[in-house]
Amino acid sequence: MLDIVWLIPALPLAGFLVLLAAGRRIGEPASGWLATAACGGSFVASVVVYAGLLGEEGEGRSFVQTLFEWMPVGDLQVDIGFLADPLSITMALFVTGVGTLIHLYSIGYMHGDRDFSKFFVYMNLFVFSMLMLVLGSNMLVTFIGWEGVGACSYFLIAFWFTDEANASAGKKAFVTNRIGDWGFLVAIFLAFASLGTIDYAGVNAGAEGLPAVTATAIGLLLFVGAVGKSAQIPLYVWLPDAMVGPTPVSALIHAATMVTGGVFLMTRVNPILAAGYDWVPDVIAWVGVITAFVAATIAVAQKDIKKVLAYSTISQLGYMFLAVGVGAYVAAIFHMITHAFFKALLFLGAGSVIHGMHDEQDMRRMGGLRRFMPITAATFIVGWLAISGVPPFSGFFSKDEILLFAWGSGGAQGRALWAIGLVTALVTAFYMSRLVFMVFFGQPRWTEPVGEPAPVAAGAADPEVETGEAATVAAPEPAPAHPGVHVEPHESPWLMTLPLVVLAVLAAVAEVINLPFTPDLKVLEHWLEPVIGANEAHIDVATATKVGLAVTAVVAALTGIAIASLVYLRRRVRAVEPAVLAHAWYYDEAITRFVGGPGTKGFEAVAWFDRNVVDGAVNGVATVVRTSGRGLRTVQSGFVRSYALGISAGVVVVLAYFLTRLYI
Amino acid sequence: MIAALEVTPAWYLVLGALLFSIGAFGLLVRRNPLVMFMCVELMLNAVTLTFVTFSRMLEDTGGQSVVVFVLVVAAAEVVVGLAIIVALLRKRPHATADDVALLEG
Repeated sequence: MLDIVWLIPALPLAGFLVLLAAGRRIGEPASGWLATAACGGSFVASVVVYAGLLGEEGEGRSFVQTLFEWMPVGDLQVDIGFLADPLSITMALFVTGVGTLIHLYSIGYMHGDRDFSKFFVYMNLFVFSMLMLVLGSNMLVTFIGWEGVGACSYFLIAFWFTDEANASAGKKAFVTNRIGDWGFLVAIFLAFASLGTIDYAGVNAGAEGLPAVTATAIGLLLFVGAVGKSAQIPLYVWLPDAMVGPTPVSALIHAATMVTGGVFLMTRVNPILAAGYDWVPDVIAWVGVITAFVAATIAVAQKDIKKVLAYSTISQLGYMFLAVGVGAYVAAIFHMITHAFFKALLFLGAGSVIHGMHDEQDMRRMGGLRRFMPITAATFIVGWLAISGVPPFSGFFSKDEILLFAWGSGGAQGRALWAIGLVTALVTAFYMSRLVFMVFFGQPRWTEPVGEPAPVAAGAADPEVETGEAATVAAPEPAPAHPGVHVEPHESPWLMTLPLVVLAVLAAVAEVINLPFTPDLKVLEHWLEPVIGANEAHIDVATATKVGLAVTAVVAALTGIAIASLVYLRRRVRAVEPAVLAHAWYYDEAITRFVGGPGTKGFEAVAWFDRNVVDGAVNGVATVVRTSGRGLRTVQSGFVRSYALGISAGVVVVLAYFLTRLYI
Repeated sequence: MIAALEVTPAWYLVLGALLFSIGAFGLLVRRNPLVMFMCVELMLNAVTLTFVTFSRMLEDTGGQSVVVFVLVVAAAEVVVGLAIIVALLRKRPHATADDVALLEG
């Protein structure tokens, strides 16, 4: 059963090729169904391989399938091969599972789009690349997938490329990711230089024998790659802008799967991280927890429903890196899975709202939608409770596990990580409740123009966006948002609500894969043991403390929800949404200013150096050769007798030399 | 008196040197390509004569076998060189070696 591993990526690849060749002829909706079937078939194949792995025991749960030799060059031996082990199959299962649901949803969401079939071409290519990423048996195959998902992300962010903003958001994502890709690529070189192999099996086995400094370098460079792909500080800027793509894309690529690639990579190479210096995991943990906190604070003041979810994704990914940093790899994967369910649910719900509101994304124009879209509202509320960390929904268990490990990592640092994580959890509950209350509760506001005394907008007045929207969206007097279109929110078709319901159920019950109550219930931990094994942190925390931490987390979540209900539901407290948060701490502006000012000067200096020194050296050599050649060619006159004279004179000189040597 | 003069190898060497010098001198001063070509042949034969002489002096057949090689090379050289000269003189009946300078790029 294990040898059908190749089918898992092959099916989406086949779907991609068929749609690429004949997508337009197949048309709507058949091309969507074909893509969904390809992804669904891939899911079935993953289940079969999963069942096959279950039949093995312990260390036997690792199966390498080599399709062909890719590049045998000297000592470098790179195969196109797949590694099926608990980690990769777990990833493949939820990538294809969530992917299938989102494909299904997209058939409804992309209905009537001019490029309906092209959308599914990209979606299938993305699923294929993502599966190459997780299933690759060596770093280079993973890197192909890594670049493939980056390219698909670019295609899909800029899917509606006729709008300048969308096209430049795609470019931004691509360029930012290149910085991370550089780290990954150099790490591959370094791994080959020091270990002579880039197979995960060889790298992880040889990690222990590596000098600490080399292991640190490889680990940190891979972390740079992970930071780019998983949108952590300082490379997170592309993800919020990526929200201009179609919403299913945001759900699939920018929430559930691609952005978790960094966490996956860190988990995959955990022996390398363990072999480096002690401070490497600390760096990862701090980057993660700071990202989690900063992104959560930014989400508090966003007006665009998808922007809130985007910053929330960054924040949750920060939690996963915190988990990796404190050695809680199982908790990281656990949170990755639950996050894939509830964040895909939230994004798809947001897409359903946007669809029902006729492409309105500003939360200030929503409200009371639960009466118009009952299924969307109900499922969204499940997602909200899950991400807020309210038991018994899945998010509570996975987030609590991470906080527990942060606490248990010991020392002042552990306490600090835990405290920031806890505050972030509170803020998370707050901004998600804000979103839910603004969108689904309260009074309908889609007939009001934005900027009227709506208390929500008061604190975060943003003149630029304000005028832009007033010009395009809001009519001067209370009138429908789109002139000529009667805005009446409506529930989405079953194709879109069905995935919502399935994901809501998963978001509610996904914790069963790793319940903390007894060791036997920690299914995921036992399952992942062959991959992570020795490098998983073992914490020593009393049961009473564990319960206390969990209760604290629940109290924090409920506090966040309560504050949000006071502010946005009962409107007892005036909303505080400082501009600094709405502008994401002016980070983007700072980058723009830096690159525009000193950055440009720096690059101009580099360009000058390149032009005058590097090119100068090359051109100088050419000039010397050309000048001396021009001088020497006059000797070749074509007069045979002058050549003969030259030769004779040479003979005489040589003879004279030998004779003088002989007699003097 | 004449009989008293014994022909030593030095004679052959001097003859070879004289032939070589005449050839070289002719090559330098004449312009007719055919004559220049004959001068080159003269120089070649002077060298072969020297080879044979040394071969006798040192009782080493190596010198004689080199002569065979020189003859072969000379034959090949005659084929190519004469063909060029004939072609040149057909085009311009009174051409000198200096006219070949036209071929220079």
